Parts: sequence; C-alpha cells; structure tokens
Amino acid sequence: MKAVWPHLPALQVVIPLIGALLAGFMRRGTTAFALALVVSWLMPVIAVCMLWQVLSSGTISYHLGGWEPPWGIEYRVDALNGFVLVLVSVVGAVIMPFARRSVAFEIAAPQRAWFYCMYLLCLTGLLGIAITGDAFNAFVFLEISSLSTYVLIALGPDRRALVAAFQYLIMGTIGATFYVIGVGLLYLLTGTLNMADMAVRLAEAWPGQSPAVIAALTFVTVGVSLKLALFPLHAWLPNAYAYAPSWATAFLAATATKVAIYLLIRFLFSVFGASIDVRALPLSDILMALSVAAMFIASTVAVFERNVKRMLAYSSVAQIGYITLGIALANQAGLTGGLVHIVNHALMKAALFLAVGAVFYRACPMNLTDLAGIGRRMPLTMTAFTIAGFGLVGTPGTSGFISKWYLAIGAIERGWWPLVIAIMASSLLALLYVGRVLEVAWLRKPSPAIADASDPPLSMLLPLLVLALATIYFGIDTEWTAGMASTVAKALLGGVR
Amino acid sequence: MATLIDLAQHYNYIVTIFLMMAGLYIVIARGNMVKKLIGLSIFQTSVYLLYIEPGKIIGGTAPIIDPAFSVYSNPLPHVLILTAIVVGVATLALGLALVVRINEAYGTVEEEEIVEKDRDV
Repeated sequence: MKAVWPHLPALQVVIPLIGALLAGFMRRGTTAFALALVVSWLMPVIAVCMLWQVLSSGTISYHLGGWEPPWGIEYRVDALNGFVLVLVSVVGAVIMPFARRSVAFEIAAPQRAWFYCMYLLCLTGLLGIAITGDAFNAFVFLEISSLSTYVLIALGPDRRALVAAFQYLIMGTIGATFYVIGVGLLYLLTGTLNMADMAVRLAEAWPGQSPAVIAALTFVTVGVSLKLALFPLHAWLPNAYAYAPSWATAFLAATATKVAIYLLIRFLFSVFGASIDVRALPLSDILMALSVAAMFIASTVAVFERNVKRMLAYSSVAQIGYITLGIALANQAGLTGGLVHIVNHALMKAALFLAVGAVFYRACPMNLTDLAGIGRRMPLTMTAFTIAGFGLVGTPGTSGFISKWYLAIGAIERGWWPLVIAIMASSLLALLYVGRVLEVAWLRKPSPAIADASDPPLSMLLPLLVLALATIYFGIDTEWTAGMASTVAKALLGGVR
Repeated sequence: MATLIDLAQHYNYIVTIFLMMAGLYIVIARGNMVKKLIGLSIFQTSVYLLYIEPGKIIGGTAPIIDPAFSVYSNPLPHVLILTAIVVGVATLALGLALVVRINEAYGTVEEEEIVEKDRDV
C-alpha cells in the first residue's frame, strides 16, 4: 500500500489503459465484461483516496516519469478535478453491472469484447482529461476518449448509428482541433504547456486584454463547447445518443460532456482567470445567452420529440445549459449551482437512460406511443424513471431542485431577476416532456405488444435503483455534493482577478 | 506598404491560415463524406504547421548543447506534432472505416442521399 500510494494519479489512468489493451485481446464478451467490471470498481477507490488526500493535505502534484514540471507532464489533482474524477469513476462503477445483459442483447457476439475495450479506452481518456495538468496532454486524452466514443456509438444496432458516429467524428475533430489551435497560441505566448505555469506566465507577461490571449481563449472555448454540446454546437448529440447502444448512451451522457465542462471551467477560471477578468468579456454574456437559449429551445424540441432516447438527449442539451449558466454567472452561488448540477445531472441522466435501456431490453420499442402502460408491466424500472424525471424538472426533494436553487440565488445576487423566471419557466418545459412519458407509461392501458414485459433482472435493476435513490438522497443531504461544489467554487473564484 | 512587407515576412502564417480555412470550408460545404474527411485532414494538417513554424529560429541549430552555438531551435513543437499526427491518422482511419460501413449499409456516401433513404424507412 505504501508503495502504491504516491502513484495513485498515474494508476488512475494506466489501469484502464492496460485494461483496454487486455480487453482487446479477449475473444469472449463475458471475460471482457469481467475485466471491465474489475477495472470500473477499482477506479472509484483510487479517485476517492486521492480526493481524501487532497482535502486533508492539499493539491497532489505527480511528475510523470520523474520529470519536473513545467518541462515534464504533471498530473495535478485539486478539489475541482478530484471531484470530477470521483464522479466519472463512480458513475462508471455503478452502471457497469447493467452492461452485461444489455450489451449481450444489443451487440453481436464477435463485437462484445471490442465494446468493453472501447469503453475502457474511453474511461482512460475521460479520467486522463480530468487528471492532467498539461494542456497538450489534455488534447491527447480528449482524442482518446473521442475516438473510442465514435466507435461505441457506431456499435449501435441501427444503421443510423453509423451516420451519427460519422457526424460526431467530424464535429468532435473540429472541436478538438480548435482546442489545440488555442493551446498552440497559448504556447506561443507563454512557452509552456503546464496549465498552472501557463496561468502564472500569462498574468506576468500578458496582463490586460491582449488580442492574442483573447484569440486563444476564444479558440479554446469554442473547441471545448463543441465537445460539451453548448447549445448551437450540439447538433451531433441527439443522434449520437439516440442510436448508440443503450448502456453506452447512459455512460456518455453522464460523463463525457461533464468532463468537457470541467475542461472549460479549468481554462476559464484557472488558466485565464488569473490574468484577465473573464466576467468582463463579452464571453460571459454570450455564454449566458446561449445557456438560456439551450434551456428553452432544446427543452421545447424535447417536448415534441417522439423517440424517448432522442427526447432525453435534447433534455441533456437543455440541462447542460443550466451548468453553463452557472459558469457564466461566475459568483459563489451560481458556480456552486453549476458544479453541483454536473453531479446531479450525471446521476439522473444515467438513471433515465438506463431505464430506457431496460425497457428496450424487455420490450424493444422506443417510440413514445409504444410505451403505453409500460409502468404496470415494469413498475420498478418506471418508478426509477419517474424519480429521475422529477429530478430533471427540479421538484423539491430531488437533487435537481438543489442545483436550480443555487443557480437562482446566483442570478439574484447578480441582480438578474428575469433569469430566475427563466429557470422556473424552463423547468415547466421539463415537466411537460417528462410528464408526457409518465402519462403514457402509467395512465394508459398496457398495449398487447408489451404483454410479456416485466422488470429486468437484478443486475440491471440495481444500478437503476441506486441512481434513482441517489437523486432523492442528494436532494435531501447535500453535504457531499453542494458542500463539495461550494468548496470548489470558492477555490476557483479565489484564484481569479 | 509597411503592412504588406509585414505580411510578406509572415507569409508562412498566411499559408497556414489559408489551409485552415480551406479545410474547414470543405468540411462544411461538401456533402460527400470522403471529401469531408479530406477537408478535415487539411484542417488538422494546417495546425501542425501552426506549431512547427515558430519552433524554427533563423540561424538556430539542433538543440544539442555545444559551446560553439548559442541559438537553438525549439524541439518541443516537433514532439507535440508527432503526437498530433498520430491522432490525425487515427481519426482519418476511423472516419474512412465508418464511411466504408456507411457505404455498405446505405449504398452511398452522399449525406443528402442518406437522409433521403432514412426518411423512406
């Protein structure tokens, strides 16, 4: 244990990477699944150990290969990315048991081992983006996670999955290239790639609003916004989520966009925040306008969407709007709201997509009208769906309420009352699209097409119920989520000018 | 006139930006998936130039410490771009593999025709 302890940051990334390699050698889906399960369950242990270490003794700085930063690559864990690492790894661990049956049902036997290989590679990339303190290393991990994501989506059962994956490949690569252009400009300006070092040098050498710094900021922001599906750049997301295998959708919806949001927060507050007042730039207003547009337009599209998975995908775009709204508010309460919504939305969206996956496993149809009366056939699954759905709406007693509460306080502190009304009004839209499914599922007579459907086996039901209960639990006891988010927000805002 | 000379002295950046815009334009304007990928590759390649160019210092030598030289070129951009080239190749390969699968499933690689075929189903 003593020997392993100092190397936890490297192990966090290396274990899933080796796991992916081994899974690639396996021929049988079940063995690859067992490997993925072991790796997924190991990840939160490492992440929690590191977060505990950060909270008790401060930032961890790990020098990869023994090279001192800023020359070598540094893995740097502070409260913010410790928190993101825990989220990503816990979501992966909780939903992993669901994968075995769902993947066996949706994916042809020869491709199952590849599916787990790609999942582990994606996990490597996501954890890598979160843990690294090097801007270029983050790009490499971004591409590792993206390339494996394209494959995960393309493994979907429908041929439209291929087109969705291709579109995401084009958009995702443009996003990553924009990011790398921004990093290139920063490298030209500062001569360093280490984020912490970059922040120091930017503040020393380029105080004020130098056009070159603004250009770098713009490229990074636009590139990362493509990845996190900020409203007008979200075009890849609905189809990708709708046609990917059910389990992959749940995993990606809960983690991939959240890690991209982390990267945006890291750049806005930690890298640029020390030298320029990001809040004084038009960026802040643009981000706010786009967030509000996402909350309304994407929610409205979701209300009229017939395919349940696509509906939830549009809802993701809207919910990401709440998170970016918190970033745009950039005050203590607002940022806390945004950060806590990263966790809350990850948990409830994973629950919703798993519930949809469970319905697909038992009954196959995905259009809303086919789901008539499914609540009576699969009561536990639909109960979990209902709870997580109320979380999306932001009903008091669910975690969604906590996020919106902080966001509303943040908006009031900035003196923007219309925003509070916007948050409430968009919640009503969420009530409409969630309510539409609930009405069909619970109040209508079961159609004969789903006559033999029943709740899925325990391995699928348990992750679903855990996530649904977490939605309620984090709506009541907010010490872990909001408390942690508040600490992180304070640290972030303390670092900016 | 002064700006013209200034621009001419930085002609390498003009080439880079031209390639960048040309690549991005092809990605947006073309419906053929293979052409889109070609555009994407040009776009990515222009970024390699953006990194490599400033690494070269006129009169600088290879970065091997020697008392005879005092000006060295920066080797780091080359290393970074080696990584980026690998990423670019992987993206292009995956993109082309997807296009092959799409062609098998739809019988076409034109985006409009694919939309048309999905609407029929």
